[in-house]
Amino acid sequence: MEPILQVKDLHVSFQVKGGEVKAVRGMNFEVGKGETVAIVGESGSGKSVTAQTIMRLIPSPPSIVKQGEILFQGQDILKKSNKQMEAIRGKDIGMIFQDPMTSLNPTIRIGKQITEVLIKHQKMSAGEAKKRAIEMLKLVGIKNAEARFNQYPHEFSGGMRQRAMIAIALACRPSLLIADEPTTALDVTIQAQIMDVMKDMQERLGTSIILITHDLGVVAGMCDRVIVMYAGEVVESGTKWEIFKNPQHPYTKGLLRSMPRLDQKKGEPLIPIIGTPPDLIKPPIGCPFAARCDKAMKVCERIDPEATVFSDTHLARCWNLHPMAKEVHPNE
Amino acid sequence: MVRYIANKLFYTLISLFILISATFFLMKAIPGDPFMSEKKVPEEIRQRLMEQYGLDKPVFQQYIKYLGDIVQGDLGISMKKINQEVSDIIGQTFSASLKLGLVAIVVSVIIGVVLGLLAALYHRKIIDNITMVLAVLGIAVPSFVLASLLQYVFASKLHWLPTMGFKGPLYYVLPVAALSAQPIAFIARLTRSSMLEVLHADYIKTAKAKGLSWFAILTRHVVRNGIMPVVTYMGPMTANIVTGSVVIEQIFGIGGIGKQFVQAITSRDYPMIMGITIFYGALLMIARLVTDVAYGLIDPRIKLNARKEG
Repeated sequence: MEPILQVKDLHVSFQVKGGEVKAVRGMNFEVGKGETVAIVGESGSGKSVTAQTIMRLIPSPPSIVKQGEILFQGQDILKKSNKQMEAIRGKDIGMIFQDPMTSLNPTIRIGKQITEVLIKHQKMSAGEAKKRAIEMLKLVGIKNAEARFNQYPHEFSGGMRQRAMIAIALACRPSLLIADEPTTALDVTIQAQIMDVMKDMQERLGTSIILITHDLGVVAGMCDRVIVMYAGEVVESGTKWEIFKNPQHPYTKGLLRSMPRLDQKKGEPLIPIIGTPPDLIKPPIGCPFAARCDKAMKVCERIDPEATVFSDTHLARCWNLHPMAKEVHPNE
Repeated sequence: MVRYIANKLFYTLISLFILISATFFLMKAIPGDPFMSEKKVPEEIRQRLMEQYGLDKPVFQQYIKYLGDIVQGDLGISMKKINQEVSDIIGQTFSASLKLGLVAIVVSVIIGVVLGLLAALYHRKIIDNITMVLAVLGIAVPSFVLASLLQYVFASKLHWLPTMGFKGPLYYVLPVAALSAQPIAFIARLTRSSMLEVLHADYIKTAKAKGLSWFAILTRHVVRNGIMPVVTYMGPMTANIVTGSVVIEQIFGIGGIGKQFVQAITSRDYPMIMGITIFYGALLMIARLVTDVAYGLIDPRIKLNARKEG
């Protein structure tokens, strides 16, 4: 599959008073055309920073891209000028954010917030843009689109606002949509509706999607591939089936184990991953998960593990998976 | 909207009534009367004058009569400027005050907002620091001190600008500067903090993600949301400028309504004091009403008819 986006060895840091927070430490991944890739991980794992770096939305300073490349349709986004970036944002890459209550401008009509992007990128007249905007509102499942076009964000419910955000992000038919925790701020029934809208839009427009989330349920519902991030690194990546049916990394296993199950007995406690992620001002030299891992060995604390490859799509970074580890744990 | 304004006007009338009553009795409580002067006035003449203006009657009776006149739109006749209607004097002198006040308001808003916006955009840089130091100075220094200082430097020492009078554009510069310094400082601070908040809002990130240019983001998304506190301040600011001009007009020798007010008080010209007080009061209340309506126009979340009093 032709990759539309390739992230190669991306390192992003933040300059703060206490030193340098290494938020992303060597990300590698690809997104194919029409594919949906999920980036999962807990808060502070660097997933949002990765997403916003692709859009170049994080102001610099304080953020610095230390090294790496982000190839979008073969061109390095990090080498683009601000003007060139403006032409890409909203047109070739759309983005939706976590909190639909605050992501829309409260003093501008919903319709204008959609037409704005069409007039900028598609050089449409106001009339054409209005027609397309109403069409987009209908596509994302907003009834009475003509009347809704003239309303303000406070007249929309949370789910409706997120639909409007999707309409804005996809108005110019971008080839890539980045959804940064699009359902986190919504209640569960609305979450499902929003995911359906995204899936439906993807089928119609053939958009690739990067879905950033910590909700594995959302991942199972709509993604092709999953990237598990921990402390700014990819610890495991694979197809949805490889990750859910055959997880390899102890962190991935822990995440899956911590999910509440339907067949869980009443009163049975959830299983957490004990501990907290490492401080990224001084990231550990070894495996970042070693301090919380029940299978940690001496080598884990000293040397960052290499990737062990299980298939063309599946890899994980853990010393336990290394061929030599078989000799340490003969029973496994 | 119409209902809201009608409702608001009703409360304005009540406020005006309270203002009239309070001023009337306070004014009467001050010792002295309009016909006291250094020259001894013969007792019979004094008596005749008091009778002519109805000042010999009990205060409460005078009050009732005054209220009756007001309802008919009659502000009375000046006791000092012979045979001149109070409303005529206000009409003649208000134009100078209005010109001065309007210019000061416009100058305050434009300079204040621009400075505040610059300070927010260059947060913690030199422009920000300079603006904030100036803002503290502007708030701290009283307008009459600033007025004298400006006269001393620009008129007396440098001879760049006229000291007194009100005869052309150049005559505006110093009084407007003295009147606007405080509002400018206040607006700059308000604008800065509110723009800083808006610049970090999520919807600005959305606007950026749409690929809008920085200029479009600023003009369409930042300023409109960041301007709200300034609109709120417009009412009190109008009050500040209008009342401030009483002193400033005196200092710069501008024949405006403020100067009339000061003269009326020192000479106990009762109808003039009342007339100008009512006029000022009405002016400020209207300014507040306009502010409230403007609020609803800028921020759609504020529904005027949904609120009773605000």
